[in-house]
Amino acid sequence: MRTKTIAAAVTAAVVAVVLAGCSTGSAGTGTGTAKDSSASASASAGPTGTITVFAAASLQKTFTELGSDYEDAHPGTTVKFSFAGSSDLVTQIQNGAPADVFASADEANMTKLTKADLISGSTPAFATNVLQIAVAPGNPKKITNLDDLTASGLQVVTCAAPVPCGAATEQVEQAAGVTLHPVSEEQSVTDVLGKVESGQADAGLVYVTDVKGAGDKVDGVSFDESKSAVNTYPIGVVRGSSNVALAKSFSAYVRSAEGEKVLTTAGFGAP
Amino acid sequence: MTSRSGTAAPWWLPVPAVLGGLFVVVPVLAMVGRVDWTSFVALVTAPSSLTALGLSLGTAAAATGIAFVLGLPLAVVFSRVRSRWVGVARAVVLLPLVLPPVVGGLALLAAFGRIGPVGGFLADHGVRIAFTTAAVVMAQTFVAMPFLVSAIEGSLRIGGDRLERIASTLGAGPTRVLFTVTIPRALPGIASGLVLCFARALGEFGATLTFAGSLEGVTRTLPLEIYLQREVDPDTAVALALVLVVVAVVVIGLTSIRTGARAAWS
Repeated sequence: MRTKTIAAAVTAAVVAVVLAGCSTGSAGTGTGTAKDSSASASASAGPTGTITVFAAASLQKTFTELGSDYEDAHPGTTVKFSFAGSSDLVTQIQNGAPADVFASADEANMTKLTKADLISGSTPAFATNVLQIAVAPGNPKKITNLDDLTASGLQVVTCAAPVPCGAATEQVEQAAGVTLHPVSEEQSVTDVLGKVESGQADAGLVYVTDVKGAGDKVDGVSFDESKSAVNTYPIGVVRGSSNVALAKSFSAYVRSAEGEKVLTTAGFGAP
Repeated sequence: MTSRSGTAAPWWLPVPAVLGGLFVVVPVLAMVGRVDWTSFVALVTAPSSLTALGLSLGTAAAATGIAFVLGLPLAVVFSRVRSRWVGVARAVVLLPLVLPPVVGGLALLAAFGRIGPVGGFLADHGVRIAFTTAAVVMAQTFVAMPFLVSAIEGSLRIGGDRLERIASTLGAGPTRVLFTVTIPRALPGIASGLVLCFARALGEFGATLTFAGSLEGVTRTLPLEIYLQREVDPDTAVALALVLVVVAVVVIGLTSIRTGARAAWS
């Protein structure tokens, strides 16, 4: 009888482990609808219906805004979003996720899809992003350039080399002739920002848009060598999209003057 | 179980039971099917892989040790003290079971981070926890200890305290009762608690990433290495994941043999 109950306890605990694992797995993915479809009976000349846009995590704020603006300007349309790391989204699309548009944070991830013939048409660039040094508000450590980050006792956090922001970090290090010794190499730029925001780290290399998006929780320090690692954001229509006309229309809207205005306000550069 | 008690299971029970089993087995087998065996050994024995595996085994063992030293007394208190506050305390201590690990990491950061109450005090005295291996062990202990506590507590409750009362009427002091009656009788629960705790610590990801960071050889455990490798090289990620599965199966297998031998299972 004793063992029976122990077995039950063990089973319950194992189930809990599995559940805990699940919650970790989905933590990085955010899914959101910019606005629920309301007036689909509207008589508009353009395409109507619903599309799902898979966009890089760094585009969450701007694309949510763009989606809502687009819906307002084009009655009868609904633009849904799934935000996650670009490589996560590529894996999902490769495994048949129902995406209509893919906006990547770098060209390497877009190339994975074009090579697999999963994108129809071209993949124009719509924005660029460069690195900036995120520091505590007021810059208490008086950091002015990359070289300052090598000072002893300074806790610097960067992205790990395999992720796009880490590759960019290596490029700017080479351009500046500086070797950083980070106390942590994070999996994503959001993790780097989080370490600086929480005061765990003194400085971190993130994108300009991350610093801007963090408001007054961090300050940004620009440095010359950031020009040597300009990240380009391409956008493309996923092959097999159920609403190609709307997918194309939204992609064009992102690259329009209105789209550029929203992106520039968030700190993105023109392509 | 059924053969001992003499009651037969309903005829339809094996259907959902088999489905449940398949639900777990099929994904694991599918992952094994994806392993590129020609490069498996090279991928798994790469320096960064071995470093991550070694760090994982070491930190999980340390976390299990700490969880045992702190968790066993908790389990004894929870199973023996009659007070409604014990119920409240148990709910709090078992909270990490239901918390997403990332939240656990944020909580640890709030307390032991550089600007947290404990972490700030330690930082003033020259002790840094963040970004160290100690932070990994703390994150693992935080999420894994509840498994150990609840397993041991369960086994203590089932045993009851009759023999302990007899021992004390025969003149044994409380400490002697604890070490000669309570703990020996809870050994099966302690064994399964240790294994569950170790397995959970080994798989810890969210709290580690949030609280400890990720640096090869210092804080990048095997789950973090798998997550990172998946960005560039899914083959390596799958190969490393298989290593983690094998370690977990070995650990769980060891206990089921142990408890199976102890218990009159059939």
